[in-house]
Amino acid sequence: MIKIKKNKLLIDQHDKNGFWGKFGGNFIPETLKKPVEDLAILFEKLRKDKKFIRERDYYFKNWVGSPTPFVKLENLTAHLGGAQIWAKVVSEANGGAHKIYNATVHSLIAKRAGKKYIVGDTGAGYAGKMLSMAAKKFGLKCKIFMGAKDIKRQKPNCDAMRKNGAEIVPVYTGSQTLVDAVSECMRYWVSNCLTTSMCVGSTVGPNIFVKICGWSTSQISRELILQIKEEFGEIPKKLKLINCVGGGSSSFGFWNEFMHYNKKQIEFIGVEAGGPKKSKRHAAPLTYGSKIGILHGAAQYVNQNTDGQIEETESISAGLDYPGVSPLHCFLKDVKRARYTAATDEEALKAYQLVTKYENLNPSLEPSHAFAEAIKIAPKLSKDTIIIVNSCGDAQKDRDILRKRLGK
Amino acid sequence: MTISPISLAFEKSKKERRPALLTYTVAGDNTKKKSLEILNSISNYADICEIGFPHNTPIADGGQIQTASYRAIKNGIKMRDVFQIVKEFKKNKNAKPVILMGYYNMICQYGQNKFLKKCKQVGVNGLIVVDLPWPDNINFAKKCRKNSISFVQLLSPTTSKARMKKIISNSHDMLYYISMLSTTGEKLKVSPRNILKNYVKIKKIIKNRKKNLVIGFGITSKNISSFKSSDGCVVGSEICKKISKSIKNRQNPVTNVSNMVKSLKSKIA
Repeated sequence: MIKIKKNKLLIDQHDKNGFWGKFGGNFIPETLKKPVEDLAILFEKLRKDKKFIRERDYYFKNWVGSPTPFVKLENLTAHLGGAQIWAKVVSEANGGAHKIYNATVHSLIAKRAGKKYIVGDTGAGYAGKMLSMAAKKFGLKCKIFMGAKDIKRQKPNCDAMRKNGAEIVPVYTGSQTLVDAVSECMRYWVSNCLTTSMCVGSTVGPNIFVKICGWSTSQISRELILQIKEEFGEIPKKLKLINCVGGGSSSFGFWNEFMHYNKKQIEFIGVEAGGPKKSKRHAAPLTYGSKIGILHGAAQYVNQNTDGQIEETESISAGLDYPGVSPLHCFLKDVKRARYTAATDEEALKAYQLVTKYENLNPSLEPSHAFAEAIKIAPKLSKDTIIIVNSCGDAQKDRDILRKRLGK
Repeated sequence: MTISPISLAFEKSKKERRPALLTYTVAGDNTKKKSLEILNSISNYADICEIGFPHNTPIADGGQIQTASYRAIKNGIKMRDVFQIVKEFKKNKNAKPVILMGYYNMICQYGQNKFLKKCKQVGVNGLIVVDLPWPDNINFAKKCRKNSISFVQLLSPTTSKARMKKIISNSHDMLYYISMLSTTGEKLKVSPRNILKNYVKIKKIIKNRKKNLVIGFGITSKNISSFKSSDGCVVGSEICKKISKSIKNRQNPVTNVSNMVKSLKSKIA
C-alpha cells in the first residue's frame, strides 16, 4: 500500500517515470518529450535558486497581494449554529482568483527560458485572465485557448483577457469546454514548442505541469498556516479544510502545508461538481468512482465510456467542468488522506445565496460548491470545530449566470 | 524467425526502387461499411494501410484527422467495430499489412493483453501509439513482439541523438519520423530538403538496413515526389480531407479516395 512520505513534498513523491502511485506520468507525443524534459530541468534548477525564489516572493507580495485575508464568517456561523466557519479569501488576490500564482510562476519561468510567447488553456476564464495579466506584466505575448461554450458563459473574464492584450482562440471541437481547450492548447504547443511556453491552467497534464502548478498554489497554505497560528495560537484540534475540486489546483495549494498532519486533526474535504440535479452528467470523477484512464498526458480517474472515449461533463461552474482530475487528488483519494464529495448546481447556487445573504463575500460558483458542503456539515459539528473554506474565486465573472438563475 | 508482412512490403517497394506508400484512414469514417470499402479499394495502390482507431481527445492530431475521428465516433464506431473492419479487410486477397494507430487510453480500457490478442486474431501487423513514447512503451513493445506485432517507434525533430539511439535499439522493423514540429496535417513548414537531411542522419544512426524509416506529417500529393529517396511516406490528413470534401459534395468518398491514392502512388513510382 502506497503512503504519503513525511519528509518530502507530495509533488516530489513520484517515481522516475513521473507517477504518484498509479497516477500521473507523461503520456505525450514524442515531439513534446524534449520540451517537457527541458522545462523539468529548468524548474528543478529554479526552485533551488534563491534569486528566483526572492523574485517569486516579491511578485506574490507586491503584485499578487499576499497574504490574502483569513476571516471568520460570524453571521453564517451564527445562522448555522455549529462549527465555526472561516474563509481564506483567495479571491482577494490580484485578478480575483488563485490562478494568478501558477500564471505568475509560469511567466517567470518562461522569461528565464528565453521564450517570447506563452499559451494557456482556460475554463472559467480565470486561468486565462491571470495568464494574460502575468504575460503583460512580464512582457510576453499571450494566446489563450478557450471552449466556445465557455467564451459565451464567462464573458467578463474574456473581456479582461482581451484588455490585457491576449488573443483568445475559440475551440469548437467536442463539448467546446475546458477539456477541448486543453487538448487544443497542447496541440498548439506541439507545433510551436521551440518558441513558446505552455502554461497548463491546473494541476493536470504531464508530470511537470502538475508539479509547477502545485508548487505555485501552495502559497495559499503557506499563508494560511501562519494566519491560523496567529489567530488561534496553535493549530486547532479539529480542523476541516474544504475546497472545490475541478482540476484541483486551488485545493492542492490550500492543503499542501497541512499534508503531514493527522487526518483526524485536519481533514481535507474536496467538493466536485455534481452537475444539474436531474442530469446524469457530472464533473465528479472522484466522487462517482470513475475508472482510471489517460487524459491530457496523465493517468487519472476520468469520466469515460467503456471504450475509453472521454465523456462530456456538465456543470454550472465552468471552472470545475472537467472530466478528469489532478493525479495528486487521485493519489490523495487512494491513500485516504482526503475525502471527496460532490455538490449539485442547485446546491452551489443555494450556498451562494446563503453566503452572500449573511456575509460580505462574493464567492464564484466554484467555491460555492465548497460552501455547499460546509453549510451541510457545519450544523452537525461542535462549536470548537473550525471549518475553513477556500473562497478561491470572485463571482464577478458569473454575473450573467447568476442573473439568469437567481434573477440577481 | 519468419519475416513480417510489414518488412515484406518494404522489400517489395525497394525492389521497385520506390518508397512504400502508407495510407492513413480512420476506421469507421464515415461509416463502418464505407471505411472498409475505402480500404479495399486503396489496397490496390497502397503498400501498408494505417488504420486509426478514433479517440475524442486526440492531442497530436490536426483538424482533418480530428474531423474524421469525430465523424466516426458520432456514427457509433466502437473498438469492436474497428477490429471487425480489420478482420473483413484482411479477408480480401489483395489486403495489405495493417498498422493500427491511436491513443493509449483506448488500449488500456480494452485491456493491454486482450487488445494484443485481438489484434493478432484479426490480422493487425503493427501498432502506433501516439502518446506512449519511449521509455514508457518498453514493456508494451515487448508484448507486441511476443504477439508478432511490430511496435512502431516515433522519432521527431526534437528527439536528441542520445535518445534516438536508445529508441532505435528498442525498435522493431519500422520507425516513423515526424517531419516537423506539428500536429498531423499541417502545411509543410520545413523544406523537403531539410527533412531529408535529418532523415539521412537518422538512417545513419539506425545502420541496420532491415529497419525501415518512414516519413509522415504534412505529406501530400503536392510534395510526396520530393521524398522518393525514403523508405516510405505516410499520407493521412489529405485522405481524411478528401473524405470530408466528398461527403460535403455528395460524392462517393470511395472513388475519390481511391483515385487520390492511385495518383499518390504514380508520383513516387
